Order: sequence, then structure tokens, then C-alpha cells
Amino acid sequence: MIAATQDSTRGLAGRIRSHALRMTSLGGSSHIGAVFSCADILAALYDGILRVDPARPTDPARDRLVLSKGHAGAGLYAALADRGFFPLEQLWTHYQDGSELSGHVSHKLPGVEVSTGALGHGLSVAAGMALAGKLCGAEHRVFCLLSDGECDEGSTWEAALFAPHHALSNLVAIVDYNRIQGIAPVAEALELEPFADKWRAFGWSVREVEGHDHAAIHAVCRALPFEAGKPSCLIARTTKGKGVSFMENTVLWHYRTPRGAEFDAALEELEGLEGSKNLEGRP
Amino acid sequence: MRDAFVKVLTELAPIHPEIILLTGDLGFGVLNEFAAQFPRQFVNVGVAEQNMAGLAAGLALEGRTVFTYSIGNFPTLRCLEQIRNDICYHEANVKVVSVGGGMSYGPVGMSHHATEDLAILRSLAGMEVYAPTDLWEAAEATQHLVESRGPAYLRLDKSAAPPTRREGERFQPGRIRVVREGADATLVATGGIAGEAIKAADALAGQGIFCRVLSVCTVKPLDTETLARAAMETGGIVSIEEHTVEGGLGGAIAESLMEAGIAPEFFVRVGLRNTFSSVVGSQRYLRGVYQMDAPAIMKAVLKKLSMKAEVPA
Repeated sequence: MIAATQDSTRGLAGRIRSHALRMTSLGGSSHIGAVFSCADILAALYDGILRVDPARPTDPARDRLVLSKGHAGAGLYAALADRGFFPLEQLWTHYQDGSELSGHVSHKLPGVEVSTGALGHGLSVAAGMALAGKLCGAEHRVFCLLSDGECDEGSTWEAALFAPHHALSNLVAIVDYNRIQGIAPVAEALELEPFADKWRAFGWSVREVEGHDHAAIHAVCRALPFEAGKPSCLIARTTKGKGVSFMENTVLWHYRTPRGAEFDAALEELEGLEGSKNLEGRP
Repeated sequence: MRDAFVKVLTELAPIHPEIILLTGDLGFGVLNEFAAQFPRQFVNVGVAEQNMAGLAAGLALEGRTVFTYSIGNFPTLRCLEQIRNDICYHEANVKVVSVGGGMSYGPVGMSHHATEDLAILRSLAGMEVYAPTDLWEAAEATQHLVESRGPAYLRLDKSAAPPTRREGERFQPGRIRVVREGADATLVATGGIAGEAIKAADALAGQGIFCRVLSVCTVKPLDTETLARAAMETGGIVSIEEHTVEGGLGGAIAESLMEAGIAPEFFVRVGLRNTFSSVVGSQRYLRGVYQMDAPAIMKAVLKKLSMKAEVPA
């Protein structure tokens, strides 16, 4: 584990955003808004919360992260490459012919536990991993990062029922609650509120956090599990497209690819962020 | 077949502590003993098959040998995407077990009839497919699944063909077994309905028509060699399955023989033809209604051989 500071997490978050912007632009992929909304969560996870070692990506004692919102794969790839799980240069092949970096996250990359992309799968797989850990008395935790949109899926709630019943206190669900799903705001498509109450009613110990506040994310994750004998749910209030003004809180940037002047403007805004300097592999 | 499966799993669980059995809240009176004996190797996940398949993948990625258990289409079609993405794509060591192949749950209705599962499951990359024909094959296939690695589907029938094991015969996964010799035609059957094929072959033998009967426990990977020999050495091939003829055993045979460049003299697929089983009745009754019982098989053979012979009512 590395010693995290607010600066180090902010730096990683900035690099995740810059890398992901380049990757989606180069390959012509979507979902940059969904990457930006969880970039700070990913940065905090890979800057001290997750007990992982890039030199030993399959270490049985490692913490696991299942990125259930697989469409934010560019963000996870960026975090893993930055931490040294694989070379940064590999990022620039994202979404292109012959690359291992598919648009939705792939377990062919070191450090990626599970391939996802179809929504509503990740929490079940993570619960299975957590059950296995619990049955053998292991101490590692299993994190699952979900989108709010995939909480429309019935399978998410099947898993949400299962985990408290089996007292999977080694399981942590983090929901990137940016309130905008594929083609509409959550409130228009399918309302989730009262969201935290739903998880509580299912038996989870729930905390809410400002999903772009690194110190707050670190602090709340130091308290895991939130309650003994219960799985933990962290609802992270986020802004879709966070970090680039014209992408924030818009449905458009779920699918739109940043190109040309839009790419330049986005990069300019990101490079203004502290910590996103000294970018490597600039295309 | 269900009992044969549970018996073998109960015997092997203590020596394979990595085994874990998940059920989608089915198996009343059947899994109780297993659950009581091995509480750390058994979970009733509730009526939630998508979660069951995902959990199974997660457990398998952590080194467990996972069996998912339910009936009909519930452990297969209901959670097909989880089987495809979470289990097969990750080459997870999960064995999907469905009790009630074909129309085993006859009068219960079409919701409980598994009549597309072979076609759909065999289309998944990395997925092996087993549909035992008799109790011995069911037990042996179960043991094989415990000892093998990777995704597999085990389809268990309520009916079972009479024992066909020759003395000293050893189970060979992936091999088709010859259970009757003959050269006039070949009856190729999978699942318990192989009993109808044997009955048909024995009745035809009484009339001087000798059919080879092949028992297909492993539907995927398919034993093309034994099928090719049957195509070349006998008068024609009849495939028999309690399943749609599209994409199931008949489809698989056609694919493999065509690709091998071998055409049998004739080829008939016995099974459901673009219809759901909507009539109410026992498995045996429905086989008659849908023209896949022994008399129907005999008629199919005789028609192709352009012969008239006595078909028992």
C-alpha cells in the first residue's frame, strides 16, 4: 500500500482524466462523462484504499475491485497503468484494432478482475468473490463500483438482497451517483430515490459521500466495514463529466467522443487542474 | 438422474472441499442431506438465477468448483447473459445443472420444459454440454464435471434409458457409445429419450431391421468420428432428442458431418418442430403427441427405408 495524501490522490485523479480523454479521443469511444464522474473514486481507491501490488496482480491477499460500470473502463485502465500494472503506452491503443483495451473493461489486462459491460453483472460476481473470501476466513475486501443506471437492473437487487443475508462485511458497493444515465437523467428515466433508504432497507450499512472530495472518500473508507456483519454501501454523489465544464451534468457526453476543438478545450481545462501536468505518452 | 447426480456429489464433496453447490431454491427433499452434511459447501441463493450465475462466476474465480442447480430453463435461459459473460468468457469453473431436460415436467406446462437449452448452451464458447441417457452416464458425467475444469452444462432428465453399460466399460467423456449394433440405420439419441430409441431398435430387430443405436452423453464436444462411421457404415441417420430440432443434437450432427464431407444415405431429425409443447400430459404422453416416441421413431426409419412393417400402437 502506498501512503496517500490529498495531493497524491488529486494528482492521480487528474492523470486518470487526462489519459482517459486522450484514449477516448484516439480510439473514438464513448463514455468520457461516465469516466470523469468516477475518476476521483478510482483515484482514491488506487491511492491507498485498495491493498494491491502491481508486481503481484494475482496475489490471493489483494483487495479486489470489480468495475461493474464497465463502460468506464478507460478510467480503470488509466488508473492501473499509472500504478504500474501495465505500461502507460498501452493506453494509447485503447479501442483500436488489435488492442487488448476494449471499450468495456477487460480482464485480459493485469489488475482487472472481471470483464464487464453488460450492466447489473458486477455486484453478483463481487458477492461471489466475497463469499469465497468469507468462507476461508480471508481478510481482503471486495469492492464493486456501480453506476446509478445499472441500479435499474433487477440482477443488481438480487445481489443486494444476497449480500446482507450472508453478512458479507468484506463487500463494499460504491455507487457513482451522477444522476444521469444513458439517454436521460435518472429522475426522468427511472427514479432511484429514496436511494440510500433502498440499500438500507435491503440490509446494507450505507454512507454517503461527496464523490469528488478525496479527503472525504479516504476518510469514509477508513471506516470500512461501516458496521460489523453487514456489507457496506457508499453512495458517492458525483457530477457526470466532472472536470470539463462543458461536459458536466449533460446527457450528451455519455456517448459523444471528444474530437478537434472540443478535445483541445477539454484538455486545456484538465491541464489547468493541479496534478495533471507532466503527462506521459501525449499523442 | 437427479438422484444419481446428488449421490455422486455427496460422495465427492468431502474429498473435494472446493466444491460448492448453489441452488435457486429448488431441490426440496433432494438436496437436504447434502445441505446438512456440507453446510459450508451449500448455499440456497433464493429464487434469483441471474445472481446465482454471477455468484458462481465470482466463487469460481476464487478457486471454487461451483455447481448451480435449478430446474428447466431457470439455471440456463433465465441467466444466459451471466453464463455467457461472467462464466464462459472468464473460463470460470462453473457447472450449470438443470433438472428436467426436455418435457420431464410434462403436465406442469411449457414454462418448465427445457426444449432449446442444448442449442443455446452449446453455442457458447468454452461451454461443454452433457445430456446423459441413463443413470450410469448421469453418475459418471457428474464425477467427470467435478474433476474437469471450465464451464459445463449438465442436463438431467427425469426419464432414463435402461442400463446400457457393458461389463467393464469405462466412461469416456466426449465419446459416443454404441449401445446396439446394426447397419440398416443409426438412431442417435441424447438424454433419457434414448430409451425410446432403444425400444424402437429392439422392435425393428424383431422384424429383421437392425439399427445401430448411439448414446450421446456429450453433446459438445461432439464425437464426429463415431458419427462419421455410422454415416458411412449404416443406411442412414435418425437423430432423436427431446428438444427442438433446430440447433440441438440433430443440428450438431448435421454440422459436423457436413463439415467432414460425409453425407449419410438419409438424415431425419426427430424432435420438436417449430412448436412449443402446449398439450397437457406426462413426459411419455407428450413424446407420443410430438412424434418422438418409439413408434414415431420406427415410422421415420421405415419411411426412409421405404418399407412397410408393423408399428406397434
